[in-house]
Amino acid sequence: MSITTQKKVQIDVKNNDTTTESKTEQPRVVYDTKDLNLWYSETHALKDINLEVTENEVTAIIGPSGCGKSTYIKTLNRMVELVPGVGTTGTIAYKGKNILDNSMKVEDLRTQVGMVFQKPNPFPKSIYENVTYGPKIHGIKKKSLLDEIVENSLRGAAIWDEVKDRLNQNAYGLSGGQQQRVCIARCLAIEPDVILMDEPTSALDPISTLKVEELIKELKKKYTIIIVTHNMQQAARISDKTVFMLNGEVVEFSETDQLFSNPKDKRTEDYITGRFG
Amino acid sequence: MEKLEALHQNNKMNARLRKNSIWKSIFFLSTLFGLVVLAILIIRVLIQGLEWIDLEFITSRLSTQADKAGIMGAILGTLWVMVVVIPVTLIIGVGSAIYLELYSKKGKIQSFIETNIANLAGVPSIVYGLLGLTAFVRLMDLGNVVLAGGLTLALLVLPILIVSAQEALRAVPGHLSEASYGMGATKWQTIRKIILPAALPSILTGSILALSRAIGETAPLTVLGIPALLIPFPQGLLDTFTALPMQIYYWTLDSSLVAEYANLAAATIVILLLILFILNSIAIIIRNKYHQRN
Ligand SMILES: Nc1ncnc2c1ncn2[C@@H]1O[C@H](COP(=O)(O)OP(=O)(O)OP(=O)(O)O)[C@@H](O)[C@H]1O
Ligand SMILES: [Mg+2]
Repeated sequence: MSITTQKKVQIDVKNNDTTTESKTEQPRVVYDTKDLNLWYSETHALKDINLEVTENEVTAIIGPSGCGKSTYIKTLNRMVELVPGVGTTGTIAYKGKNILDNSMKVEDLRTQVGMVFQKPNPFPKSIYENVTYGPKIHGIKKKSLLDEIVENSLRGAAIWDEVKDRLNQNAYGLSGGQQQRVCIARCLAIEPDVILMDEPTSALDPISTLKVEELIKELKKKYTIIIVTHNMQQAARISDKTVFMLNGEVVEFSETDQLFSNPKDKRTEDYITGRFG
Repeated sequence: MEKLEALHQNNKMNARLRKNSIWKSIFFLSTLFGLVVLAILIIRVLIQGLEWIDLEFITSRLSTQADKAGIMGAILGTLWVMVVVIPVTLIIGVGSAIYLELYSKKGKIQSFIETNIANLAGVPSIVYGLLGLTAFVRLMDLGNVVLAGGLTLALLVLPILIVSAQEALRAVPGHLSEASYGMGATKWQTIRKIILPAALPSILTGSILALSRAIGETAPLTVLGIPALLIPFPQGLLDTFTALPMQIYYWTLDSSLVAEYANLAAATIVILLLILFILNSIAIIIRNKYHQRN
C-alpha cells in the first residue's frame, strides 16, 4: 500500500525533472562499483570492476560470451549468491549503501531492483497472478489496488491492449515476445527504481525485439536500466552509456556514441568491428 | 564398378534392416510376455473370485463359514491404516525432501544422507516389519494396533516418497524460483508459492504410488502379528485390526482346510486390485492434467 502511493509521487517528480531541469543538475549515481572481484570457487569471473551507473539512463553491457556480463548484472541484485561457493571483494554502493556487506536485506534490495531474464520466465499462472505476484508477496491484498497495479504495469510494459481481455488465462499461452513483456510488467509491478535486463530480447523475433526496445526507451524516463546484450546495434540504439567487458574486466566504459564511433581501446575497436568475439 | 558398390551398400542396408526388425520382435515379445502372464493371473483370480463378490461379501464381518464370510473388517482396517500412513508420510516425506533439496548445504553429509535414503528404499519390507515390531509394538508397547501397523508401513514407504518428492522439487525449473527471488521474495515465499505448487502434481503422483505400495504389503504386517481372527471392527488408532493383504494371506494358507477359502482369497484380491487400480488411475489423471498445463 504505502510503496504504491509513495512511488507515484516520486515518479511524477522524476518526470518533471527529465523534461525541464535535470540536465543542469548533477546526475545521481545509482550504483557505484569499486574494485569488485568475484570468484566462482576457483574461477575468477570479475576482476577489479569500477563502474558508475547513473539514474534514468540506459547502461548497456557488451562483450564476448563468458566475459562476465551476466555475473556482473546478477551481482547488482545479489542473485549471484544463489550459486554455491561465490565469493566477492570490493564494494557496490547502491544509493550510497554497500550491498555486499549484508547491511541491506537482500529482499529489500531486490524490491528496489527488478530483473528481467534472458528467457521469458512467467510463472505457470494467469497473467493477472503473474503481475500481482510481487505486490502480493510484499503484503498488498486489496483487490482494487491490485487491479490498478495490474493495469498500470501492463500498460507500462506496452502489452495491456494485447492481454486486457484475457488476464485470467495462463501466461504460457502467450507468444515469447508477449511473455517477455508480461515479465517486464511483473517487474514493474514491484515499482523498482532500477531494472536489470540480461539479454532480454535474445529469445525473441525481430518484431518483438523492436517492441521491447521501444519499451526500454520509454521506461528509461522513470527507471534506471542496465541491460546486457550481445547485439551491438541494440546497444547503440537504446543505451546512453556502454560498458565493454572482456575476460572479467571492464575494458572501456563511456558514452555509447563515443564508444562505438571512437573507441579508445584497441580491443574495443576489434570487438565492435567484428574482428573477434 | 560403381554399380557393384551400390549393390554392396544395398546389401549392408538390408542386413541392417533385418537386424532392426529382429530386435523389434524381441522387444515386442518381452512386452507380450509380461502382459500375457499378467492377464493369466488376473483371469484366474477373476474366475475364482468374481462369483463370490457381492454386497454381502463386502459388508459382512469375517466368519469361519465360507458363504457367510465378508471382508468389511479388513477394508476398515486398511482404511484406518491409511489414516495413519497418509499424514505421516506426507508431512515427514515432503518435509525432508524440502529440507534436503532446498535448504541443506550441498556437500558430503548431504550426499551421504541421500544415498542412505535411496538404500532404505531397497530394504526388504520384512525388515521394516521387524523394526515396527521392536519399536512400536514392543518398545512403545502399542501392541499390534492400527497405529503400530500404520507407522510401520509409513516407515516402509517413506524413503520412496522422499526420493520421489526430491525429484519432483528438483524438476521445478530454476528460472521460476529465480524470478521469484528476483522480486524480493523470501525463500519460504518462493517455496510455498512457486516451487511447491509446481511440484505438487508429481509429489501427489509419487505419494499415491507409495500409498498403493503400503496398501498391498503383507510381510511387515505378518511380522507385527496382525491377526485375521474374528475381531471387532477397528474404530480408532488403538484398536487391533486386520488388513486386506493379511486376509488374503490367511485365507490362502487355510485353503487346504476349506476349499472355498481359495475363492474368498481370490475375491479379496479382486477388491484389493480394484482399490489399487483406482489409486493408480487417480495418479495418472493428476499427471496428465499437469502435463496438459505445460
Ligand atoms: N554458476 C557458475 N559456476 C561456475 N562458473 C560460472 C558460473 N556461471 C558463470 N561462470 C563462469 O564465469 C564466467 C562468466 O560467466 P557469465 O555467465 O557471467 O558470462 P556472460 O558474459 O554472461 O556470457 P554469455 O554472453 O554467454 O551469457 C565464465 O567463465 C563462466 O564459465
Ligand atoms: Mg550471460
